[in-house]
Amino acid sequence: MQVKEFKIKWGMVIDIDKCTGCGACMIGCQVENNIAPMTKKDPYNYVQALTKDRDDPSNKLRTLTWMNIYELSNGQPYPNHETAYLPRPCMQCGSPACVPVCPVVATDKNEEGGIVSQIYPRCIGCRYCMAACPYHARYFNWWDPLWPEGMDKGLSTAVSPRPRGVVEKCNFCHSRYLDAKDKARQEGSDPMNLPDGAYVTACTDICPTKAIHFGDLNNPEHKVYELSRSKHAFRLLEKLGLHPQVYYMSEREWVRKQGDNYNAGGGAHH
Amino acid sequence: MDSKLFPEGTQRCGLGKFLIWIAVILGFFSWGLYAAVLVLYNGIGTTGLDNYFGFGAWITFDLAVIALGAGAFFTGLLKYILKIKQLEKIINLTVIVGFICYSGAMLVLTLDIGQPGRAWFGYWHPNVHSMLTEVIFCITCYCTVLIIEFVPLVLEQKQLNKIPFIHALAHNMHINMALFAGLGAFLSTFHQGSLGGMYGVLIGRPFAFREGFFIWPWTFFLFVLSAVGSGPVFTVLVATFMEKLTGKKLVDFKTKALMGKIAGTMLCVYMFFKILDTWAWATGYLPSVGLTFDQMFYGVAYGKWLLWTEIVICGVVPAIMLVTPSIRNRPALLYTAALLDCLGVSLNRYIFTVQTIAFPAMPFDKWYVYYPNWVEYASSIMIVAYGFLVLSLSYRYLPVFPMETKLNYQSGE
Repeated sequence: MQVKEFKIKWGMVIDIDKCTGCGACMIGCQVENNIAPMTKKDPYNYVQALTKDRDDPSNKLRTLTWMNIYELSNGQPYPNHETAYLPRPCMQCGSPACVPVCPVVATDKNEEGGIVSQIYPRCIGCRYCMAACPYHARYFNWWDPLWPEGMDKGLSTAVSPRPRGVVEKCNFCHSRYLDAKDKARQEGSDPMNLPDGAYVTACTDICPTKAIHFGDLNNPEHKVYELSRSKHAFRLLEKLGLHPQVYYMSEREWVRKQGDNYNAGGGAHH
Repeated sequence: MDSKLFPEGTQRCGLGKFLIWIAVILGFFSWGLYAAVLVLYNGIGTTGLDNYFGFGAWITFDLAVIALGAGAFFTGLLKYILKIKQLEKIINLTVIVGFICYSGAMLVLTLDIGQPGRAWFGYWHPNVHSMLTEVIFCITCYCTVLIIEFVPLVLEQKQLNKIPFIHALAHNMHINMALFAGLGAFLSTFHQGSLGGMYGVLIGRPFAFREGFFIWPWTFFLFVLSAVGSGPVFTVLVATFMEKLTGKKLVDFKTKALMGKIAGTMLCVYMFFKILDTWAWATGYLPSVGLTFDQMFYGVAYGKWLLWTEIVICGVVPAIMLVTPSIRNRPALLYTAALLDCLGVSLNRYIFTVQTIAFPAMPFDKWYVYYPNWVEYASSIMIVAYGFLVLSLSYRYLPVFPMETKLNYQSGE
C-alpha cells in the first residue's frame, strides 16, 4: 500500500513524560467537537422509554472519545513500578487502514494537511473502518445524540453534530484549520504556510503541562519537525506499515517499547 | 382444500396441519421482527455490539449463510455448464436454499448498517478499492440472478402453468437458464471471495492480514473454496431434514452422495491450502511484525481450540469422510460429515469476523470478549424462520423435487 504524502502534513508529538493523565485533552475534545455525552434516558423516544434504557456513561465501550487516554505500566512490582499515560487521538495514518476499506468513500486522506476526514452525511454505518483500525480511533453513534437540558446551549456552531448510525473520529479539529487559513487570508499572509502555533487542536491548547505539540511535520520552522525526529520519538505499531502522523516521545525505554516495534522484522531492528 | 394447488401426482398434509406449522414459524418470525423494529427504531445500541466489536453475530451469520448458500451457484455451474445431468434432481432445492440465504443475508445487512436508508450509496459513491464495495455489487446482482432462477419454478406451479403465456415464459426462461447459471457462478465466486478479501486486506489486524495474488489476499481464494466445499452438502442436509419432516423420500441417495463427493473434493483442496496458509501466517507473517502464534489466542473464548476444531474436527475429518466412497455411501456417516463440514465453515467465518477484531494490536490494550445479546439472536432466528416459511410454501405448492413421485408412489416402497 502506498503512503500518501502531501506538502503539508499536520502531525502531533506527545511527550508521554510530561503527561499526567489528567484527561483535560479528552474534555477539550468533547467540547470543541460537539461530542454527545452518553445519556441513559431518551425523553424523545417513546419506544425507548417502554423498553430498555440506553447505555450508562460508565460503559466505556460505547462512549464517544475521539481522544482517549490509556494507562501504561512497566509491569514491575513495587518499588520499581512505574506508570505512564498515553493520550490517543486518531493517528491520521499516512497509509490508513480505514480509508481504502470504506465502500462509499465516506472517509478520505488528501491534501487538506493529510488529515483523515470523515464525511458524516455519506457514511452508511457499516463499521468496516472500525474493524480495520488497530488503534480503536473510530467511534460509532450507537444511539441518537442527546445533550442534557442546558448543555445544548454550549454547542459549537462550527462543528456539525452527527446523527445516530454513523462513524466519527478525531479530525485534528478541522474547523480550527479552516479558521486559521481564513485568518491568514484576511491578514494577507499565505494560508498554505501557517506559522507554528497558528493552528493547533483543542487538546494541544488545553493540555496543562504542554505535553501535546502540534504542527506541520514537513515544516522545519515548526517545533514538531524537530521533535518527531528526536531519538526518543516513536510511533504506535509502526511495524504494521500504517505510517501514523502522531508521534510519541519518552526518555524511558519501557515506554518506547509500548510502541511495539522493537521485535518486528524477526526481532532484529528497531 | 388446497389440493388442486399441489404439484402433479403428490400428496401433502391437510391444510389445518399446515397452517399450525406456519403459525409456529410465524411465532418465531414475529419475535425476530420485534427485535428488528427495536434496532431500526432505537438504534444498534440495542445489540451487544460496541466500539471494539463493530462486527459480531450478524456479520458472522451473514457470512455463514452465504457460504452455505454456495450450493446454488456451484451446483448450477456443474449442472448447466459442465452438464452433470444427475444434479437436476436437486438443482431446484439448491436454487431455493441459495435464494433464502442471499435474501436473508441482505435483510440482516439492512439491520446491521447504521443508516439503512443510505444502503444504495454503495452504487452512488462506490469506492472501487474496497472489498466491501465488491460485496455490495455482487450480493445485490447475485440476489437478482437467484430471483430470476427461482421465478420459473414458481411459474411451473400446476395451476399457474395452465395459462399458456406463463407456460411459455417458464419454458423460455428454462432454456436460457445456463446463461444465468454462468452469471451466477461468476458473481457468487467474486462475492464469496470478496468477503474473504475483506479480512485479508486488514493491514492493521495481524490476525487476519494476508499477502496474496495481485489485488486479492489469500483469504479471497480460501473463502471461495470453503464455500464450494460446504454449500453442496448443506443442500443435502436441508433435503434430508425435509425428508424427516415430511416422511417422504425427496432426493435419491445417489444424488446426495454425489453432492457429498463434490463438496468433499473441494473441501480437500480447501483444507490443503488452509493448512498451508495458516502455517505461512504463523511462521512467516506473524514473526515479521514481531508477533507469535500464541499471542493470537486468549482464554477459552478465543482459545486455540477454536482453530483446531475448525481445521481438524470440522475440516480434515469431514474432508476425508466425504472423499472416501465406503464412508460417503453410508447415509448416517454422510450426514455426520456434512454437519461437521457446515459447522467448520461457520466457525471459520466466526473466527475471521470476531477474533480478528478481538486481538488487541496495541500492547497496552487488552482482550475483550464479545457476547451477542437476544436482539442479535432473535433477528437471526427471524431469517431462519423466513427460510422455513419459503421452503414450506415451496414444498407444498411448487414442483421442487422431480423425483418425488417416482421415489414415493411408483417404486412400490
